[in-house]
Parts: sequence; C-alpha cells; structure tokens
Amino acid sequence: MADPLLQIKGLVIEATSYPPGEAPKQVTLVHGVNLTLERGRVLGLIGESGAGKSTIGLSAMAYGRGGVRLTGGTIHLNGREIRLADAKALRALRGREVTYVSQSAAAGFNPAKQITEQVIESSLSHGLMTKPEAEARAVALFRKLGLPNPETIGKRYPHQVSGGQLQRCMTAMALCPRPDLVIFDEPTTALDVTTQIDVLAAIKEAIRDTKVAALYITHDLAVVAQVADDIMVLRHGRMVELGETGQIIHRPTQDYTRALVSVRSLEHVEKAPAPPILQVQNLTARYRGTTFDVLKNVSVDLPVGQTLAVVGESGSGKSTLARAITGLLPPSAGRIVFAGRQLSADLAGRTKDDLREIQMIYQMADTAMNPRQTVGTIIGRPLEFYFGLKGEARDKRVQELLDQIEMGKGFAGRYPAELSGGQKQRVCIARALAANPRLIICDEVTSALDPLVADGILKLLLNLQAEAGVAYLFITHDLATVRAIADKIAVMFKGAVVRYGQKTDVLTPPFDDYTDLLLSSVPEMEQGWLEQVIAHRKMESAGN
Amino acid sequence: MHPILKLLVQRIALGLLLLLAVSAVIFLGVEALPGDTAQAILGQQATPEALANLRERMGLNEPPLTRYFQWLGGILTGDLGTALSNGADIAQSIGQRLGNTLFLAGCAAAISVPLAILLGLIAARHAGKWPDKVISGITLTTISLPEFVAAYFVIFIFTQLIPIFQPVAMVFPGMSFWAKLNAIALPVIVLVLVVLAHMMRMTRAAILNVMQSAYIETAELKGLSPMTVIWKHALPNAIAPVVSVVMLNMAYLVVGVVVVEVVFGYNALGQYLVDHVTKRDLPVVQAVGLIFAAVYIFLNMLADIIGILANPRLRHPK
Repeated sequence: MADPLLQIKGLVIEATSYPPGEAPKQVTLVHGVNLTLERGRVLGLIGESGAGKSTIGLSAMAYGRGGVRLTGGTIHLNGREIRLADAKALRALRGREVTYVSQSAAAGFNPAKQITEQVIESSLSHGLMTKPEAEARAVALFRKLGLPNPETIGKRYPHQVSGGQLQRCMTAMALCPRPDLVIFDEPTTALDVTTQIDVLAAIKEAIRDTKVAALYITHDLAVVAQVADDIMVLRHGRMVELGETGQIIHRPTQDYTRALVSVRSLEHVEKAPAPPILQVQNLTARYRGTTFDVLKNVSVDLPVGQTLAVVGESGSGKSTLARAITGLLPPSAGRIVFAGRQLSADLAGRTKDDLREIQMIYQMADTAMNPRQTVGTIIGRPLEFYFGLKGEARDKRVQELLDQIEMGKGFAGRYPAELSGGQKQRVCIARALAANPRLIICDEVTSALDPLVADGILKLLLNLQAEAGVAYLFITHDLATVRAIADKIAVMFKGAVVRYGQKTDVLTPPFDDYTDLLLSSVPEMEQGWLEQVIAHRKMESAGN
Repeated sequence: MHPILKLLVQRIALGLLLLLAVSAVIFLGVEALPGDTAQAILGQQATPEALANLRERMGLNEPPLTRYFQWLGGILTGDLGTALSNGADIAQSIGQRLGNTLFLAGCAAAISVPLAILLGLIAARHAGKWPDKVISGITLTTISLPEFVAAYFVIFIFTQLIPIFQPVAMVFPGMSFWAKLNAIALPVIVLVLVVLAHMMRMTRAAILNVMQSAYIETAELKGLSPMTVIWKHALPNAIAPVVSVVMLNMAYLVVGVVVVEVVFGYNALGQYLVDHVTKRDLPVVQAVGLIFAAVYIFLNMLADIIGILANPRLRHPK
C-alpha cells in the first residue's frame, strides 16, 4: 500500500509561556499524538480551547504559530519527513501541497488587496499555473462555492463582501493550487447560524468534488459530524478517542467524549408568568448621524426574577436594545419602564439607584476587565461606589461574592491574566452581582467560551437567579443556550421583534419564516442532517 | 460624489483655511511688536514729522485689517513687497534661494526616504537579530549627533581622508546639474544622516505592528518568502504612518536646515531668514515665515491625502 498522505507519529509541541510576574517557562502543548490521514479523507479534530487542535493542524504544514515549536516526533507528508525540513523546503510545500483556511476570513484576507489577487497568489508563486489559468480556476471555484457574481466578485476588496462570502473566498483560496490537503480551522465558527449552514454545505461539496483530503478543526461536534469521515477527540494535547464519525457521536467509549456529545442538553423549565420588572414599549432608535432605525417599534416585557432571551443574527439589533435599556443610546421614540417607574432616556438623567439596579455582563470578559487590577479590586469597586463599603467589610463581601460564583479563596489577589476564560466570565458575573441588581443584561456571555465551560456558566446564572431573584435579559445568537435558560423569548430580525412570547410557545410550530430558518439552521448531531436540510430547502423554494 | 473625493476636497479646503489662519497669525505677530516698519527704517532718532510722512507714504495709517488684506492680495499676485534693509524685491530674492532650498531638500529626500524605508524593512525582517540591532544602532547614533558636529565629521572624512568633495557648497546660476550635485554632496550626506533614523524607526514599527495580523500568517502559509510577505502584504498596510513621518522629515529638510546651510556656506532660504531676523527686516520675515508655514501645511496635507488614498475602505466603499 502506498504511503498515507499525512502520517504523524509521537508529535510533541512546546511553547514558552510568560506568566505575569514569573520567569518564562516551557509548556508542552501536545504530548505525543499519532495521526494518519489517507488521500481524500476528512478527519475532524475536536476539542475545547487548549486541546491543541489548531496546533496539531498547523503541524501538517510544519508551522508553529508565535513561539510554538515542534520539538519531537515525526511528520511525514507525501512520504517526506517535514518536521525538520529547512525553511526553503517548507515554503515549497506550504500553499502547494497543504493549504489553510482560518477561522476569521475577515482577518485572514489582506485588506489592501483584491480578493482574486490573493486567491491565486500561491498558484502563481509556486509556478503551478499561468495568471489567466489561475484566474479562470478562481472563477470556477467561486461558482462551485455558490458565491454570487463569480465572474466579478474577485475584483472586490475583502471589506466589500459579507463574512460568509469571504469565508467561501478563503476556501477558494485554499483549493486554488489543487493541494493534497486543506486544513480547515474553525471555518464557520465566527458566522451566524443561518450563514454557517450554507458555508458548511459549500465546503462539503467542494471537498467531495475536488477529492482533497482535509483536517477539519472545530469545537462543535454537530458541525464536524456533517463533514468528517473520522473524528479525533483531543484534550489537553492528548488524544482521547479516535473513530468513525458515527461511532463517536452514537457510541463514544470515553467519558470525555460522552460529555462533549451530551453537552447542550441542559433543559430549563419555564417559570409561570409574573409581573414585569422591565417593560420596553414601542422603542425605536437610531445611531447618531444615520437615517436608519436599528430598533423598530420594539416592545417586550421581562417578568421579575425570570429570563428573557433576545435571539437574532449579528446586525439584528440585539445589542442595540441593550444599549437603549442601559441609557447608552437614547431612543428616538418609546419608553422604558423599570420596576414601575419610567427611566430617563439618556444616562445623564438616571439616578444612582437606576444605574445600580441594571448591570451588564459582556461577551469578552477579557476586555471588560482592567488587566492591571486584581480580582478583589474589580469586584470591590461597585461595593465602594454603590454602598460605600471599605476595608474589611468590603473584603468580606468580595469573598462572599467569590464563593457565590464558586471560585473560593485565593482569587481576590489574582490578576485577570491568571484566570481561565470561564473564571474571567465568573468574575464579571460577581462584579455585576456586587451592585445587588434586579436586572442583569447578559450580552453573548457564553459565546466566546467552550461548550462545557459555557454550560457551567449557564448553570451558575440559573442558580444565582434562584437565590437572588435577579432577572436576566439574555442576548444570544445561540438557540441551544436559549433552550437552556429562557422563560420568554424575543426573536429579532433587522431591528424588529418578529416573534415573542413564552419559551414553549415561541419554540412550537407553526413558525414564521425567519424563526423557521433560524431553528432549522442549528446543526444537529446527526450525520446527513446537512443534506436533509439543504434538500428540504431546495424543495420548498422550488415549490414557491 | 465619490466619498473619497469629498474627503479630499475637505482636506484641501482645510489646508487652505489653515494657511489663511497662519497668515493672520504671522501678520498679527509682527503687528504686536513694538514700533512699526517706518520706525524700523528711520531708526530711533527719527523726527516725528519724518515718521508721519513715511507712514503716510507707506499706507501705515490705514487700519490693520485693510493692511492685512493689502499684504494678502500682494502675496496672491506674487508681490511680497520690498526688503527694508536693502530695498530689494523680496519675491526675487526668495525665488532663487527657494530653488536652492528645494534642490537640497529634494536631493536629501530622494536618497533618505527610499534608504530609510529599505533599512526599516530589513530591520523588521530581522527584528531582534543582529541586522536590526546594527541598523538601529547606527541610525540612532547619527540622529543623536548635533548637525554641525555631523557636518564637521563629514567634511573631515570627505575632504581630508578621502578628498573627493568640496567643503563649501557654492552654487550659482548657470552651473550644470552635475556640478550642482557635486557641490551639495556633503550637506546632502549630513541631512540624510540626520533624518534617516526617524523614518527608519517608524517604518520598522509600522511593519512590525502589521506583522501581527492574521493575513500575514495567511501569506506565510502560502509559502511566500519573508521579504515578499513584508513587501507585498505588510508594507501596503503600513503606508499611512510611514508617510506622515516621511512628510514631517521632508518639512524639516525645507525649513529646519539653517545650521547646515551656514556650515557649508550654502545660499538658501534658512540663512536668508536668519540674516533678516537680525536686521529686523519685518517684511522679509513675514514672507519667509508664510512660505515655511505653507510648506508644512502642504506636506502634512499631502500625508493625509496619501493616507486616505492608501485606505482601501475609503477608496472602494461598499
């Protein structure tokens, strides 16, 4: 039998980490992973952040991101050892035998160059095609990937096409030099769920038609189940389980895989209707200097101690609604009634108590905290500001809050950089709780987290709600999260609420068109789901 | 109207407005000095009658606003007035010297700008390694030397050790282009040494900043060579900050090189200005001040415009 396309044996990858206030130290990211990929096969690499999946994927090009070094083992590509190959040999294989599709095409494309120029660049620099040949191939790939105006879209600049289109352009860029292997690194993670499904289908079809082999890296098992022949589960740089896709999702043998498969099965029974703490009435808003309403006549109620999930794609106005409620964006029409009193439209007109009772938690816990303050200072600040707590009384309350978010002793003196992503988000929750609010606005608070960590955060939020009776306005694009936490749901589309009510009513058919599209686009952990949905949609659009 | 055209028109209009404001400041500044032009011409011992006569003749009794617009109108028609000290036509005296100034600045820029950018690219390519350290070390040394010290070093090296150039940069009308180039070789070398480091450091910093971007990784993973990555992918995105520093240095080459002019006896605008400041020749000071301000405003406006044109989001709106 011929050599496999890619054979990795005993791969060890190390990096130097620089913990704050300590000497730099060596950390091992990947501990002796073995991997074999035959021509034309698709292997899914799945795991949480820090599992080493991107690092392993890039090792197929013998590339270490930042200070990452491939220190042990062998990597054979097309029968040649490449781990110790020199820079010239690596340049000869990168962009020719192996290509790469990154998570964010918006960042991965050079903003100063036209799309086609970038798509055909490696084909030209490796001398694989003449310029007209490469351009013709680019157009053919644009067409295959379902891009609109395939003849002319390549003349545009990256900022002139949408995120989903750009991700397809990047796939075309990877396929253009006819590589043997494409590494897809979370190619649909940054996309809206309704966009993801189209891109996923386009990628799958392109892989099938070009018979290219692929490493498909993702944290989303339901996504990888649609495209991969085999799946390798990774954790902390070690392989947990390897098997055919059907076996991994239906008959996992390892506990960790089972946890990944069952994640997102969190179910929340909705509470009985109660009087509202927050009433948003006919809210219309636009950003200064624009003539376009980003919120159009939005009316929703949030009952005391319950959760209203606001669902929609990017640009639907979810976060703008939060800005209007907090007073950051004064609406042009409509009222906001909180605990029976009408709130001033803009921030300057609100009392300290108004401010205290509505708190926010953000998507990026990283950027929402001052990196030069300790956790104790961060949580203690609202205690001082709203309640005048100082010294020991403040420290005691900080510790109570840390206990509430299940972080325990020893964290008050630490800096945000020393915490994991989930811990950072917990600190942000504690900071919001410190103000004793009656409403917390949660803006995509679990979107940047791994599924298992996100589940932990959701459970914590539900527990805190049960204890403190705080209400949540929960903004998210993720419907699994909605099922796990919501009592009421408002579906937003282009600035308007298109569906609103108790959770079970909103999630029960008959649906309006948009909610149907949204719900049917959420990947299910079932092989063949993608084909079914696409076929179903084609049939429906043919019927119309 | 294309949004970029609108931006450019705005930027140019702003530049002109700024120039107008500067002209007013220069005029007011000179107005605010004790004494006036008539006093300056006739001296402290002048009789009141003579002063009144001269004021009448020169129109100094008109209100300041009228005189400002007269002065402004003169400038717009190319009439900068006459110098008090020797009665020469200012526009004529400036014309020749401005040519010399621009020639020297142009030659220094033609060498220093490409050289600085090239060195910046090489330093960025080898950031933290010895070529970077050598380039940074040498350029920082040259920028730290006062200009006159650098000038004497250069004179010593190129007239004593390797006698290939003249220590005095004499140029006069009718000289051939090559003879002129040869004459100003030494001041050009000095100016290049002085302005190199700033532009080189900025190029290096701007490139290294861009090198953090994800699209640089994309380019590396295409198997492009490091210099191709820097040249084709990093530099186009680092243009704006580099250009603004380049323009600041070009402005310096036009207006700030009086020391070098003096050391090499080069007859240009800086020396002319300093001479007439010492003579309290206010019309000349006003005229040269306005020209220097115009150069600054024009070059900075140019930097802004290049920055706008280099931004694909502005050049190709959605």
